[in-house]
Amino acid sequence: MIKELLKTKLKRIIRAGLYNFWRNGTVSLASVLVMMVTLTVVGFISFSGAILDTSLNELRNKIDINVTFVPSATEEDVLNIKYSLESLPEVSLITYISKEEALTAFKDRHANDQSILAALDELDSNPLGAVLNIKARDPSQYASVAQFLEGDNTVSKSGITIVSRVNYFQNKAAIDRLTAIIHSADRLGLALTILLAIISMLIAFNTIRLTIYISKDEISVMRLVGASTSYIQGPFVVLGIIYGLVAGIITLVLFLPMTYWLGTETENFLIGFNVFSYYLRHFVEIALVIMISGILIGALSSILAIRKYLKV
Amino acid sequence: MIFFDRVSKIYPDDSVALDNVTISIEPKEFVSIVGPSGAGKTTLLKLFLAEDKPTEGSILYDNVDIHSLDKKSINEFRRRVGMVFQDFRLLPDKTVYENIAFTMEASGRSDDEIEADVPYVLELVDLTAKIWNFPHELSGGEKQRVAIARALVNEPDVIIADEPTGNLDPMNTYDIVQILKKINDLGTTVILTTHNKGIIDSLRKRVIAMDKGRVVRDDRSGKYDA
Repeated sequence: MIKELLKTKLKRIIRAGLYNFWRNGTVSLASVLVMMVTLTVVGFISFSGAILDTSLNELRNKIDINVTFVPSATEEDVLNIKYSLESLPEVSLITYISKEEALTAFKDRHANDQSILAALDELDSNPLGAVLNIKARDPSQYASVAQFLEGDNTVSKSGITIVSRVNYFQNKAAIDRLTAIIHSADRLGLALTILLAIISMLIAFNTIRLTIYISKDEISVMRLVGASTSYIQGPFVVLGIIYGLVAGIITLVLFLPMTYWLGTETENFLIGFNVFSYYLRHFVEIALVIMISGILIGALSSILAIRKYLKV
Repeated sequence: MIFFDRVSKIYPDDSVALDNVTISIEPKEFVSIVGPSGAGKTTLLKLFLAEDKPTEGSILYDNVDIHSLDKKSINEFRRRVGMVFQDFRLLPDKTVYENIAFTMEASGRSDDEIEADVPYVLELVDLTAKIWNFPHELSGGEKQRVAIARALVNEPDVIIADEPTGNLDPMNTYDIVQILKKINDLGTTVILTTHNKGIIDSLRKRVIAMDKGRVVRDDRSGKYDA
């Protein structure tokens, strides 16, 4: 019996919300448009987050240090150092390039320069040393890796230092700078995201508040005929949810041409990141985020805005 | 049934809207409250509907102090009182049918009851033809008849009509008063406030005259002037 009553009540509330939405066409249109702006901001926040992430990762992957060994270093000595480097927690990947591979690569690079190739042929032995290419988990950790290479760890069994050159010390300034940029871009991105989200939510909230303000006389009449709080509030909450749903669906559809255009325009600039394919790949997550944000903003705005008029 | 017990209402700006008013109204009475603007008529009704609290005194309905009720009980109390206003106060985005149905829905009546009762009360106020119209498509008199139908549909114990004819021409005024009279004859208490001398003089029912927040006259079967 009570269940039946609740069902009737819910049905009436939803129907009233739908009627309100339909009959106040212009007000609904305005609210949906404002809500769309908010949800577009929410969507672009997730895009820009992804763009920042991939760009930063791309940059991070470009940073590495090369350790060049003296030509006389034995492969065993070099591999020993490689193993001890691999035991460091900061190191994510080490590639060993043997003397012979280094020579082949060098020859390939200078395939058109006959004089250099001729000079190489004059030499009896391979003048190049082996190389270890090191990637750290985080750019800020290269300093400690470099420090490790400076110490006694790189002395061979015969007692001489076998490292000829660590390019970290040449690149240090650039690496430090890049690290700083990455970190501040991260922080700035977060701050901007939060700011934008707050602003757009306030705008949406205000719009819904206005639509409820228009109805304040109605609300007082409902009060005077003895309607309960939930029965007055319900249709407005439904209305807010409908605004969110409709705005969410339109926004999701509009994102298709928008991201398609943005994707082709910015693919080169963003180092292989295509917004359109990202959108398609993550459609379910983005759709969920946008729909849930729309519903929450709509419902919460309604609840907050109507409280003022329910005091009678 | 309704008892205003030494009720005073003083607003925060120290203006006195009601000054020690004591009125008793019996079931099935037809009471007109008259007086110039600012006499306190509307304040009296507002306090009765628990829209506002009295500064002093209490208002009893069936021996219960209205202002001691919680929110839920106030809602239930209001469903036993039908309200008719000078400015009609219909819900503009709802049709005539929905305006009346809304009141019934708010009281938790079933769909079957609503479908049966709404056309019935509209017949009582002679407005069946406009059942699917919106308020802005109706004349003033028609709007007021919808408002009366809305007040009637929950079969209230009391109908309160606050200047119901204030915005109407003489023809419609006469109609509305006749409807109120009919309602009273069927056993509902009616409280009417008005400036309209003609109405009061033709009704020959109880008249309470107010001025500056006080009751200055209470005649069993009165006229507008003493």
